[in-house]
Amino acid sequence: MKNFICSLIVVAGTILTVATQASVMLNGAGATCPYPLYDKWFSDYRKVDPETQINYQSIGSGGGIRQFLEKTVDFGATDAPMTKDQMDKATSPVVHIPTVLGAVVVTYNLADVKKGLKLTPELIADIFLGKLTKWNDPKIKTLNPSAKLADESIIVVHRSDGSGTSAIFTDYLSKVSSEWQQKVGSGTSVNWPIGLGGKGNEGVSGQVKQKKGSIGYVELIYAEKNDLPYAAVKNESGSFVLPSLKSVTAAAQGSLASMPADFRTSITNAQGKESYPISGFTYLLVYQSMPNAEKAAKLVKFLKWAMRDGQKAAPSLSYSPLPEELVKKVEAKIDSIETKKVN
Amino acid sequence: MITFSEIAAQGYTKRKFKNRLMCLLFFVAALVALTPLFSIMGYVFIKGVGSINWSFLTQLPAPVGESGGGMANALVGTCVLIVLASIIGMTSGLATGIYLSEYGRGKLATIIRFSADMLSSVPSIVIGLFVYILIVRPMQSFSALAGGVALGVIMIPTIARSAEELLKLVPASVREAGLALGLPRWKVTIWIVLKGSLSGIITGVMLAIARVAGETAPLLFTALGNRFWSWNLTQPIGSLPVQIFTYSISPFEEWHRQAWAGALVLVLLVFSINLGARFVFRPQISRD
Amino acid sequence: MALDMVAQRCILPFRRLLKRKGDPFQMCWPRIDPLFSFTLKVIALGVFAFLALIAFFLFYSAWPAILRFGWEFLRTSTWDPVKEIFGALPVIYGTVISSLFAVAIAAPLSVGIALFLNELSPRKIATPIGFLVEMLAAIPSVVYGLWGIFVLAPWLGDVVQPFLGKWLGALPLFQGPPYGVGMLAAIIILAIMITPTISSISKEVFQAIPRSDREAALALGATRWEMMKLSVLGRARAGIFGAVILGLGRALGETMAVTMVIGNRSEISASLFAPGQTMASVIANEYAEATSDLHVAALAEIGLVLFGVTFLINAIARLIIWKVAQVKVTR
Repeated sequence: MKNFICSLIVVAGTILTVATQASVMLNGAGATCPYPLYDKWFSDYRKVDPETQINYQSIGSGGGIRQFLEKTVDFGATDAPMTKDQMDKATSPVVHIPTVLGAVVVTYNLADVKKGLKLTPELIADIFLGKLTKWNDPKIKTLNPSAKLADESIIVVHRSDGSGTSAIFTDYLSKVSSEWQQKVGSGTSVNWPIGLGGKGNEGVSGQVKQKKGSIGYVELIYAEKNDLPYAAVKNESGSFVLPSLKSVTAAAQGSLASMPADFRTSITNAQGKESYPISGFTYLLVYQSMPNAEKAAKLVKFLKWAMRDGQKAAPSLSYSPLPEELVKKVEAKIDSIETKKVN
Repeated sequence: MITFSEIAAQGYTKRKFKNRLMCLLFFVAALVALTPLFSIMGYVFIKGVGSINWSFLTQLPAPVGESGGGMANALVGTCVLIVLASIIGMTSGLATGIYLSEYGRGKLATIIRFSADMLSSVPSIVIGLFVYILIVRPMQSFSALAGGVALGVIMIPTIARSAEELLKLVPASVREAGLALGLPRWKVTIWIVLKGSLSGIITGVMLAIARVAGETAPLLFTALGNRFWSWNLTQPIGSLPVQIFTYSISPFEEWHRQAWAGALVLVLLVFSINLGARFVFRPQISRD
Repeated sequence: MALDMVAQRCILPFRRLLKRKGDPFQMCWPRIDPLFSFTLKVIALGVFAFLALIAFFLFYSAWPAILRFGWEFLRTSTWDPVKEIFGALPVIYGTVISSLFAVAIAAPLSVGIALFLNELSPRKIATPIGFLVEMLAAIPSVVYGLWGIFVLAPWLGDVVQPFLGKWLGALPLFQGPPYGVGMLAAIIILAIMITPTISSISKEVFQAIPRSDREAALALGATRWEMMKLSVLGRARAGIFGAVILGLGRALGETMAVTMVIGNRSEISASLFAPGQTMASVIANEYAEATSDLHVAALAEIGLVLFGVTFLINAIARLIIWKVAQVKVTR
């Protein structure tokens, strides 16, 4: 009994010391795709600024936007920028902070094609619309003359839950195929014409890995982790590009010229010879003026850290860092967030 | 309806054979039901035990790609949530139980009894949804408090009904004896009736705690989750079940490993509360 | 034992305090009794209030969806968050199918267990086995889910589904590619989870049948199985039915384990191998995700439907059990 009481006191003591250490807790929620990176950032950042704890829960991009709008969290995170309608719902101005870039890869499972499959935007759209049903379709064959394509059905795998990955992918398909735009459209969760649903990136990669003849789309890191092959996609300039850290950063570079001031843009189908066409920014959502000035100051400090030191951690987890020119623009934007109490 | 004459019409050997067969079938049924128990416990133990060490129990989660780290925050978070839930569940549950057994007569008592039974069968995800609308949205924050309320609401009917059953077992003569001594009724209720069945009631409370300790669904939209220590009840807080859920659907081997370890800790926690309730206080419960 | 000590330490001082103050208390406030019972009554009414509040809040948040879709919500099967068209039919279908199949598996199993424990096995065996079955109910559902993802689903996908597909593939139930996760996995997990519920209530129902009934049957020369059929099962029929319905109620609302293994796709498919979605799992999956107001309202409406259905099912089950067997159901 005495031992028990003693240990209770010790536990209570540690609790108190830990409790007094952390003075500010910032809460955020949203996108799942950058979760591994954010998790690393927030845990690394504690060593930089022990007084700030940033708690991030990956509940999905859609959830990030909603909880941010309902102000149940201090900041949101999303892969697809907020729409005009959503911005209008916000009670005070919203700032989008791009953090890193991610690529969505078209992955497949073919017994005889371990790598090097080439696809054009039209083919991808047709496959996901259900118009191309066989792997040995002449359209695919002429594009990949050396590949051994059997008379095998194409099994389409897509996300079953709302996701930023789907948003980037469907945004791309809407840009390259007018039929897709009319029939399906783009969004975090769409009504898929055909295919099987998998929950999360891991669900899709798991199904593709299991099913011969399947094709799906996942974040780059998931394809790499699961040793899944992915296709080179023909970009705007007509060259076939494999997704890589470099080709994704190139896509961001290619769209810098047309970058709007609030960074709300899609960089799918980007200009440039080396650009991989299915990629996108992932954003943090912050209010221009937060109700709590202390929290705002801490958040700004973190965001600045993320733009410099944080970027260095990105490549090790297969996320592409932002191009240098963009970092400067974003830093200017971060400075515009109010950190003092206005009234 | 089968009658004896029909049965007797069948031959004796056939009847005997049928008897053997059915008895065997029932035995097999018991075995079949226990197979998943052994499988689950076996996997949880084998996969979890290797990952449980001091740092797992005392450290914060490590980010992806770094080994080590633990679930200490989730462990403490679960305890905090249990305490909050117990405060709500016990006060409300016990009061309801006492009311039903000591004062509950007529229509009102039937309605309350029925409501308690119905409340216990509301799916826990619906309770989570309810608490989100009731507390999280107006407070503009996910919080430990909301999680505690959600779990507390789940505890209320369990405690209320078990307390009622136990208090009813106290013979009326005991109450009458107390009243005859000139004690007011509230004193008789608390110091004679309630005290007499105290250990049984503690059993009921502990079983309720064991049930909510493993609940995940009501916490998803209320306590949310937290990767750090959290002592502020108005902030999100981590919990073992939610942490296990997040880790198990992630694509990282390291996190799967930790999910199994967390599951082992959770199962041990739930089972020890459960067993403690059953064995420590069993002599006093005479339910049969 | 330690807890007993704690209880004594905590309670003893209070009792002394009360003893000292007891008498003046009573003299000053002779009306403490009505106050006491009134407080209890108010708190007890809180239980009813909670139930009413849940219904009200769900209805309130679901209102936009109810207004927009009306009954079509329950009849249509498009679930398209982009175009904001919501039909809950596939989700309702998934819930009903998964729960019914789970009950179909669990009910005979549970009754068998209850008979084995109550009628056949000696006490020495019955006590530990009964205890182990009850332990199944104590395993948290997230642990079931974890086991489902990493153990059950791969086993189903690699062994069971190819086997079923090969031999019973002619039935639409067992067609399609074997994924592991999907309706079948959810059904099996649910069946395991509701088995202890059904078996423990059935056992209590059997125990309520007087011993003399059994002895009478045996004395007439019935075999054990005939005795069970005549004097136990025959009389307990309504009670078993109540227990099964109660199990059904539990299966309908189970969330985590199902969400983790069912595959989460809102589609009506005849095959048990195909992924599906239940009312509880769609809320768990999408409620935090949903952005548009209508999507949120549609999910709240699903919550309302789920609440209504479980309420009805459980009300029926409890009424049967209360009436017929007079068995206490506190779980």
